[in-house]
Amino acid sequence: MIYVRLTLVLALVLPSLAFSGSVAAQENPYFVAYDHNLEEPGNLEVEYFSTFGTQRAGKDFHSYWTEFEYGVTAWWTSEFYLDAQTTFHDSTVYSGFKWENRFRVLKHEHWINPVLYAEYEDTNGTDKTLKEVVGHDAELDYLTSNAEARQEHKREMELKLILSSNTKGWNFSENIIAEKNLSNEPWEFGYALAASRPLALKGSATRCTFCRQNFIVGAEMYGGLGDRHSFGLRETSHYLAPVAGWNLPSGWTLRVSPGFGLNDNSHKFLLRWGLSREFKGLDQLLRRMFGAKS
Amino acid sequence: MKPAIGALLLCAMFLAISQLSANSVSTWPGLNSMQFHLGGDTYAELRKAPNKAVNRPNPMENDGQAVAAGKLLFLDHCSECHGDDAKGGRKGPSLRVSDVQNATPGTLFWLLTNGVVRKKMPAWSKLPEPQRWQLVRFLRSPEAVPNPSTDAATKP
Repeated sequence: MIYVRLTLVLALVLPSLAFSGSVAAQENPYFVAYDHNLEEPGNLEVEYFSTFGTQRAGKDFHSYWTEFEYGVTAWWTSEFYLDAQTTFHDSTVYSGFKWENRFRVLKHEHWINPVLYAEYEDTNGTDKTLKEVVGHDAELDYLTSNAEARQEHKREMELKLILSSNTKGWNFSENIIAEKNLSNEPWEFGYALAASRPLALKGSATRCTFCRQNFIVGAEMYGGLGDRHSFGLRETSHYLAPVAGWNLPSGWTLRVSPGFGLNDNSHKFLLRWGLSREFKGLDQLLRRMFGAKS
Repeated sequence: MKPAIGALLLCAMFLAISQLSANSVSTWPGLNSMQFHLGGDTYAELRKAPNKAVNRPNPMENDGQAVAAGKLLFLDHCSECHGDDAKGGRKGPSLRVSDVQNATPGTLFWLLTNGVVRKKMPAWSKLPEPQRWQLVRFLRSPEAVPNPSTDAATKP
């Protein structure tokens, strides 16, 4: 059923994209961390991501989500997510939606570039995307069956301070996360750190698919920092994950990341992969749809 | 699922309204849309480059492949706004004018790195430095700005 629903949503969006051209992307390979590079104004990036997770004393799962990322201006990117999840030998369920906005704070590039992030989440307890780890996260929390977990309804606000630097071909990103369930629960905190670099810094003089410049590799580390009452690195999960991205000249980007839990609270292994494509000129398409003169 | 559809519709409405409000002004008669987007003086940002940046030499100046590589980067990342021939498009100004052509390589590199984010030009610091210098080489090359006499001679 969930495939039917997601297909319906995509069926609404994809035909309209056919009128736009694709554009060669220069995407980072991260799954969890954010850098300060925003979507170009008027462009839409459609992304599909998957996370396969192992579960000790329980059933492994596969969660997946679709993102629609739009560059509203050069300093503001807005993104909409639809999440779903399959727990093996259990069921497939729709987990909810998220709407995030990222705002670039400073006009010019600096040694460290801050970006403010605000997200509203409307999900149920089956959400296993692990897009961020906050609070006292533990693998045991994911043992609940889908039927039971979907009864829980969560409305959350998530704030991030994204600090990011580009230097000598490297990107270094640090994210500080604060999340609040809008019901009466304490603020929870988390972190994500990441670094990446293309395999070659110079552009090739010919169009090529397998040029080293198209491949970006790096690593992410992320985990919880407890909550307002007990802040710290203990009693929560932490992960370390190599990441790799491949930006194809056709506009597609492929990403893959095997992640490893660093303590007993973490899932032992997470395998993430993603596929995305950037489309230029959605703003022009909207102009035409709403009858603006060209 | 209902909240998801509601949110999707809300996002679509929001995006449409933001686009309409942004674009309705740029179609005023007699007003050059680029001048509107970039302020009264389209190229004023070039003059804001700090001296240290202005005087930076292009390390790709003697690289035989730089212009060809820069052209591909231009087509991938810049032509959408500035046009395939760099003469300017709906969203970005011409790069073949003297303000740009007379700017030092360091100035162009500085502008590429920082963008003009309040006026829709994104920062391109996500491109590694050598690629930004390759773009600068291309922008100042005869390939990007053909000699007018050569242009005339090749026309039938």
